[in-house]
Amino acid sequence: MEESGTIKKFMYLNRKAPYGTVYALESLEVVLIGAAFDQEVSLAFVDDGVYQLKNNQNTTVNSGIGMKDFSKTYRALEDYDIDKLYVEKESMEARGLQEDDFIVPVQIINSAQLAELMTQQDVILSF
Amino acid sequence: MKLGILVNEGPYQHQASDSAYHYTKAALEQGHEIYRVFFYHDGVNNGTRLTIPPQDDRNVINRWSELAKQYKLDLVVCIAAAQRRGILDENEAKRQGKDAHNLAEGFRISGLGQLIEAGIQSDRLIVFGD
Repeated sequence: MEESGTIKKFMYLNRKAPYGTVYALESLEVVLIGAAFDQEVSLAFVDDGVYQLKNNQNTTVNSGIGMKDFSKTYRALEDYDIDKLYVEKESMEARGLQEDDFIVPVQIINSAQLAELMTQQDVILSF
Repeated sequence: MKLGILVNEGPYQHQASDSAYHYTKAALEQGHEIYRVFFYHDGVNNGTRLTIPPQDDRNVINRWSELAKQYKLDLVVCIAAAQRRGILDENEAKRQGKDAHNLAEGFRISGLGQLIEAGIQSDRLIVFGD
């Protein structure tokens, strides 16, 4: 859209659980708006942030929390050409999750690999 | 250096806004350029002019307004986050049929694109949050 010419590497670093606070939802809103700027985008999920991608979320009123389940929005990311999704292995394993627990395809990388990826970024938006 | 600042937490509850303010002020005093300060999540609450802190405490909101005036800073409050939390400027209040508005002097309300643009245009984007 604007600022044609400049392409930077943007990483969205998602650290928080999906529903206890609004960080995850509002982070996703930035990702979707940011997609219009044609930058080189990746998303990383660490700590409780790995829960954002958990499949089979049930957030209905009957389930007890009565919030909108926005996890399906992650499936739409590939329509925005956002396909670099990284899950930190240590965070995933500490929470008893494995690769087939996630709602979208992800790359599992360890913390050293993630640290290396971070050094390659121009902008890291940490939520 | 050209810097973008992102403030993700509200005033008084969390130190992020204080840290962002001190950082921004120090950077300006050392001759750096602040491309934009963007307020997101509860950070939008830094833009309400209705806070009344105790007299012996700092005024977080006025401090931002004064810094903006002194250095012609661009203080941008995210519209989506602001609407959720009841931060409105006069136009937005009219448009939404609300009976009041509360945006502080020196702030303006705009979209998330302004954050991405700050990331693109700045040499560094510094995030202050939890």
